[in-house]
Amino acid sequence: MKIAVCVKAVPDAAVGRRIDESSRRLDRSGELALSDFDSHAVEEALRAKEAAGEGEVVVVSMGPQRAADAMRKTLAMGADRAVLVTDDALAGADLLVTARALAGALEREGADLVLFGQQSADGDGACLWAAVAELLRRPVISQVSELQIGPAAVTGKRQTEFGYERVRAPLPAVVAVSDAINEPRYPSLKGIMGAKAKPQETLSAADVGGAGESRTVVLALAPPPARGESRRVEDDGNAAEAIVEFLAEKRVL
Amino acid sequence: MKSLVFLEHHEGAVTKAALGVLAKARALGDAAGVVAGAGVRAAAEPVGGVVFVADDERLAAPLPAPRVDVLAKLVREEGFDAVLFAQSVLASDVAAALAARLEAGLNWDLVDLAEHDGALVAKRPALADSVWVDVGWSSPVALAVFRSGTFDPASVDDASELREVEVEIEASSLLAELVEATSDEGEGGPSIEEADVIVAGGRGLGGPENFALVEELASALGGAVAATRAVVDAGWYPYSTQVGQTGKTVSPKLYVAVGISGAIQHKVGMQGSGVIVAINKDPHAPIFEYADLGVVGDLHEIVPRLTELVRTRK
Repeated sequence: MKIAVCVKAVPDAAVGRRIDESSRRLDRSGELALSDFDSHAVEEALRAKEAAGEGEVVVVSMGPQRAADAMRKTLAMGADRAVLVTDDALAGADLLVTARALAGALEREGADLVLFGQQSADGDGACLWAAVAELLRRPVISQVSELQIGPAAVTGKRQTEFGYERVRAPLPAVVAVSDAINEPRYPSLKGIMGAKAKPQETLSAADVGGAGESRTVVLALAPPPARGESRRVEDDGNAAEAIVEFLAEKRVL
Repeated sequence: MKSLVFLEHHEGAVTKAALGVLAKARALGDAAGVVAGAGVRAAAEPVGGVVFVADDERLAAPLPAPRVDVLAKLVREEGFDAVLFAQSVLASDVAAALAARLEAGLNWDLVDLAEHDGALVAKRPALADSVWVDVGWSSPVALAVFRSGTFDPASVDDASELREVEVEIEASSLLAELVEATSDEGEGGPSIEEADVIVAGGRGLGGPENFALVEELASALGGAVAATRAVVDAGWYPYSTQVGQTGKTVSPKLYVAVGISGAIQHKVGMQGSGVIVAINKDPHAPIFEYADLGVVGDLHEIVPRLTELVRTRK
């Protein structure tokens, strides 16, 4: 079975994330790291390959050229190949442009199963997979916390606002996994050394069907609205009374 | 603006979050709702105003693809400028697939929407809510997903004007199937997305057995129980109650944080709440920076007393 995992290289949280005032987009000029959420998808793909004793795991991403370095971590974890769609024309891509680029790359791969993480770590997006699945005309299961992979279908257990569901989809399918699904492995030293020899391919926008126009715009940035004044009480034995008074005053009791 | 609002429903009723988005859409212009499911006329009736009803057995399972077919057809036939959603697992998947189908721009995680000189502008908190971004659309149809609970539903006097939708679903939209669904309502209280009051417990409770304190206060206030990531990871409470970056985003009228330090990952999930009360023994806990009332003290003493006082008042 061939499994493709879509990942994103995001500005390192440890370094801090900021928005570039001139482009009004996230500043991606610094160090990029593999999104933590995506490492769960990579782990799930590797476990599936190991359980089957055969198959291929290819990692697919869209981003700046430097994202290739962040993707090497997935190769160190055990993925077989990496494909990066990178092009100046894709800078500032919105959901639709990103989905098209990934769908174009995935069509070239023809994987049986496409995995995503549960959200992007920087843009808080949690729906890209559904756009990609729509473009590929494949079924999608999101928020999966337990995945069973059969020869012709996958079944995902997931949690929604209302309870648990089990959803089955025939292959080829797209699945987004939650970070509760597994504990991602750390790359071994051997894995890190071996990663350098693994193939990393780069595709241009033209290779995946063109860049297209973003359909959303960023107009302005502002600091968040301030909350009202905050009150502090040290418990002197009457804290509960103080809380009740406060709730009554705010009309929430 | 002529907009269509996706009205998600559960157990025979449209969710409060979706009704809130509909109220906002109607404040901005001409807005209709759409309910898609099997046997959903009764859910659509009390909504008020124009509501399209897509009633079909193939829409029985809460899966996105067949709903995308329904919405895409409605947008094309009725000429809507915008399709609005209240954020949920289902709504997010429907919105993103619809964006791809209609080649429409999608902005998500929104907390406000306005019309300036005929163009829609929405507000989106970003980077752990440290900055608010004004976003817009350059496509003929604008798709928008709002944080659950951002808007209050409007009161409704008249029954809906129901409009039957002729349901056409593509074969490729029926590939995924629901095998099993189990409700997670637990003690029968409201789900945390729908609740007006939330009492949340964190690691400061000391152990899973102390969640009883939180449950009793929630019950006295008529609210729901939520938990932090740390507590869910430790297995003290189910993931369905988790508030924060990797859990749910909530905005009740009252949020009581018990034994929660208030890391940024938690803050992003609840800072839209109306009134925030925090009880924590550590005076330096970050949650005190954004609580409206911060109480420094021992939760084991304060919470039972508070529960008792609330019960007496009611």
